[in-house]
Amino acid sequence: MKISPVLSSWLQIGPMALILVVFFGLPMLVVVVVSFFDFDHMSIVPAFILDNYDDLFSSDVTLRLYLSSIKFALIVWAITLLIGFTVAYFLVFHVQSLLIKIGLFLLCSVPFWTSNIIRMISWIPFLGRNGIFNQVLIATHVTSKPLEFLLFSDFAVIVAYVHLFTLFMVVPIFNAMARIDTRLIEAAKDAGASRYAVLREIVLPLSKSGIALGTIFVVTQVMGDFFVVKVMSGGQSASVVSALSNQIQELQYPPAAASAVILVIVVMLMVAGILRVVDVRKELAS
Amino acid sequence: MRTASGKRPWTFYMLAAFFTLFVLFLYGPMTVIYVLSFQGPNGGLTFPMNGFSTQWFNELVQPGRSGDIAGSFRRSLLLAAIVTVLTVLICVAAGLGFRRRFRGAAVLFYLVIASLVMPGIFVGLGISLGFQLMDMQTDWLVSGLGAQLTWTLPFGLLVMFAVIGRFNRSYEEAARDLGASAWQRMREVTLPILLPGIIGVGLFGFTLSYDEFARTVLTAGSENTLPLEIWAMTTNVTSPALFAVGTVTTVISFFVIVIGLGSIALIQRRRGHNVASH
Repeated sequence: MKISPVLSSWLQIGPMALILVVFFGLPMLVVVVVSFFDFDHMSIVPAFILDNYDDLFSSDVTLRLYLSSIKFALIVWAITLLIGFTVAYFLVFHVQSLLIKIGLFLLCSVPFWTSNIIRMISWIPFLGRNGIFNQVLIATHVTSKPLEFLLFSDFAVIVAYVHLFTLFMVVPIFNAMARIDTRLIEAAKDAGASRYAVLREIVLPLSKSGIALGTIFVVTQVMGDFFVVKVMSGGQSASVVSALSNQIQELQYPPAAASAVILVIVVMLMVAGILRVVDVRKELAS
Repeated sequence: MRTASGKRPWTFYMLAAFFTLFVLFLYGPMTVIYVLSFQGPNGGLTFPMNGFSTQWFNELVQPGRSGDIAGSFRRSLLLAAIVTVLTVLICVAAGLGFRRRFRGAAVLFYLVIASLVMPGIFVGLGISLGFQLMDMQTDWLVSGLGAQLTWTLPFGLLVMFAVIGRFNRSYEEAARDLGASAWQRMREVTLPILLPGIIGVGLFGFTLSYDEFARTVLTAGSENTLPLEIWAMTTNVTSPALFAVGTVTTVISFFVIVIGLGSIALIQRRRGHNVASH
């Protein structure tokens, strides 16, 4: 018996397509539909109303939440890009032995395979009022009083984000850099280019696709986060999704769904903007 | 990048120092909580250590003291095992399927990417609303499992793409020329060659499921998985028991990572050996 290629393709792809449609495609549709529903104290009521969107656009809180989330996303993006680029550059161009390269790369990636919540919590004994950082500062007489802004603040939120998400920058930039032909760099050097010129004229442009992919990952992760903001800001800061998760806790599903729809549109516009600057698919295909 | 004389440039030492700081930044805080989880009975959430004990670990085993840690731990392990098996089977099949052009390939690929970058809580919200509309109860083994697969499958597929990208199809053609059937080619040529990558897919499946939070929080139903239990602890437990959970769960993760990476390294080494001796 011979199975036709089309059929065997679908047998191989089918299970993945089925699960993604049932548990991802349809639920996303449900969110869109429910965002037009009405609700009372107990349940959601099928309807077609625009009130949820009206409320969202007429409230100043919405704008404040978005500004706060975008502020976090921009700051975290800049820091993770700087760290990710530097770490990838070091691994690709300065570590010569392949074995050591793989070893150091794994050293960076292992924390990614452990619990995000635990990694976040681990900053608490570090940054607290009586935490290690303050103990060191006082012991070395840098300050006489413990710094209060370290924990449960925007600072703590940013530290945790950078800790959790830098790897998302390192991996794609590492991949892009590893594909750069080293003869190109040799040629540039022979022609008298400085280290800085090589970095600016060769390495940076050829790492663009990696930077774009890393950017998409970091920005979507930060925009979609709620637990880091909740715990590390001590409830003082909010993000779009932390506000949304409060609505869910109060069983206000339709407004939460409307808020989710708007956020997805905003995030998609951001991703489209990144892809406009860098054509990732073209870069990856070459 | 060495200079002609073989001496390393000064930038090497700058970057090496930067890299070391980065590694300290990654591991430092984690190491601290492992140490603090052995805090003495009267010790607090930070240094100094007030003696040394395993009391906080004991507290985890006793039911009621800090939630249902043991139960959630069992559920998380079982769920991660199921997710691992399904992720490997589905991603290997799909990865092989994507080698051929087929109608709808682009649509499915975009669905995979969308599933990867979508904020997890929305996926959870959509699934839980869908269950509500159909008058079904959410349950960690049904809706929770489905929600986690929307996270592990895209990762697994991308790993498979990377693995298959380096796979040389002439091995399959050689097997075909020697008269191997499609099934024999798959079982005796393709899968063994891809095995290290397949273990990698399983490693992603297990660790991503075992630590998953955002997608599971609205879909787990009435019984918690371990990350959900830890999340609840962050708001109501202010003793080193919280760190003890962190230590235990990280030990499990490390154990799985070592088994995964170790078996990949073993296969690669044996392979290098065989090639050398032939």
